[in-house]
Amino acid sequence: MIRWILVFAVVGLYILHQDTWFWETARPLIFGFLPVGLFYHATYSVSIVVLMMLLVRYAWPTHIEDQFEHNSTSRDKRGLSGSSR
Amino acid sequence: MIPTLVVFVYLAIVLYIGTFAFRRFEQRDAEGYFLAGRSLGPMIFLLSLFGTNMTAFTILGSAGHAFSNGIVTYGLMASSSALIIPVTLFFIGTRMWALGKRHAFITPVQMFRDRWECSHIGTVIFAVQAVLLVPYIIIAVMGGGTTLNAVSGGVVPYWLGGAIVALVVMSYVFFGGMRGTAWVNAFQTVMFLIFGAAAFVLIGSSIGGFPQAMETLLGNETTASLLTRERISPRFFLSYSFIPLSTIVFPHIMIFCLTARRMQHFKKTVVLYPLCILAIWLPCVFLGVAANAMHDIPAIVAKLDARALLLNQDPLMTTAQVVQLQQAMAGDDVILLMLEHYAPLWMAGLLGAGIMAAVMASDSQILALSTMFTQDIFTFYGGKARFGEWVQVQMGRLFVVLITTVAYFIALRSPPGIFNLAVQYAFSGYAALFPLLVGALFWKQSTKWGALAVTLWTAGSVIGVAILQANIPAPLPGTLVSVLSIGDLEIITRTPGGTSVLGYMPVVPMTIISTVLMVVVSWLTPSPTQKTLKRYF
Repeated sequence: MIRWILVFAVVGLYILHQDTWFWETARPLIFGFLPVGLFYHATYSVSIVVLMMLLVRYAWPTHIEDQFEHNSTSRDKRGLSGSSR
Repeated sequence: MIPTLVVFVYLAIVLYIGTFAFRRFEQRDAEGYFLAGRSLGPMIFLLSLFGTNMTAFTILGSAGHAFSNGIVTYGLMASSSALIIPVTLFFIGTRMWALGKRHAFITPVQMFRDRWECSHIGTVIFAVQAVLLVPYIIIAVMGGGTTLNAVSGGVVPYWLGGAIVALVVMSYVFFGGMRGTAWVNAFQTVMFLIFGAAAFVLIGSSIGGFPQAMETLLGNETTASLLTRERISPRFFLSYSFIPLSTIVFPHIMIFCLTARRMQHFKKTVVLYPLCILAIWLPCVFLGVAANAMHDIPAIVAKLDARALLLNQDPLMTTAQVVQLQQAMAGDDVILLMLEHYAPLWMAGLLGAGIMAAVMASDSQILALSTMFTQDIFTFYGGKARFGEWVQVQMGRLFVVLITTVAYFIALRSPPGIFNLAVQYAFSGYAALFPLLVGALFWKQSTKWGALAVTLWTAGSVIGVAILQANIPAPLPGTLVSVLSIGDLEIITRTPGGTSVLGYMPVVPMTIISTVLMVVVSWLTPSPTQKTLKRYF
């Protein structure tokens, strides 16, 4: 369930990137110099960090990782150099 | 003179780090040279992966783009990259790492060949990837030439600056391989993060704070729009969000994903990547916009005058004059001009070195091309079996020299606008190849014929756009040239900045059609054998 919520969160953040609400306005200037449209996207970048922390915490592909943590010597070299089919 | 000396000292340090400082780790086999023995730790992995993406395009191109187009530059490339790059690293990079570890892959084409049971189709993918990577290397050489020329106040000519940067990069890639390249990239990332922030503070304090500069821009109707996004259409803005899909498909990024010692190392990278983007892009974009208010810098005033002349659209103006004005108004060097004007000499040198750090990020691309050539061509067609592993590594080194030399001579032709060159060819092409990776890693039914269709379509569409833009000159700002229309509906249009398809950048239809081709052609052709599929799913 939480994984689906995170997938929707990624899609939601992508949609929020296409903001049109500050398209034609520069004011207010945040901190006196940062146009609001630029401030929005700077804040947006910070919000992605939060999403990534959640992804890493709740949706990390441990099933892939475990193969190497427990069996790091397993190597299958089939299909490499000269294996023309 | 002092800034030039500081930059040369910096280049010497980089050369030392890449070439000698990490020789004690040296592994003489192919995996050691091309992948640093799959042993990079978490911080080096993060800083180096990020540094690999921070190129002349990012630093000089983004400031130049912001100088002409305003704050929209950050939303166009930075914030969309801040989302899409970590997400693709999370879903695709980790799986690439696991497959590389399991099957001893060194390049993506090795994986494609094995996954889809093909040989020559892999060679076609190699060729398209290699050709698309060359512009990326060229812009780095151009950025090196521009930077050294500006930092030295014109004492070091463009051709010599480019040659020096190419030589330094070539040397440490040649001797240091992936480990030298990774350590140099990590060092360069730290350099740029520190000195980028210093440039922002220093220029801000020198002009008496940025609020005054912003008010100056807002008070003039020709520059007020730079603080909004009204110069760009929402469709164009949406198109740009397709571009970061290219990052994970770049061979140097895919190969770099294989260098981590443990999969855990991706975690820090995924989380901190957006912050790194913010720390570098925000000052660059903001300074690029603020440069429009720097009327006390003659070189910037000359650029603004050229822009005003172009906007007046004198009907008697020849194409040559238009091109000349476009070159004169290009803002790729505005940060350097501001530093030269406002920073103390020694500080300007240090800051110039910081910019040089980002400009020199072509090392990974050069190494990736060399790795691909030795693994996907030399080794695959029997070279390693015949001549041994030592010759294989030497072939890689020889290729490093060849590709750098070719890129340098192409860079001497100096096409205008680092930004456009990179976006129109390399980035769009790699974004269109994105379905290859998704198909290989997540869709059992994907086939080699689907992969071939995607690759040929990508090559054809990039060539098509290049031919169209070479034959139809860019119209004046604010005007369009119709190329293909049905009734009142404009299908393909030549714009001042490139080409538009139904109002979108070519990357949108290129990527969508690639996806459709992968799905349809794969459905119509036989899947790989169950034996192969079991090893992947």
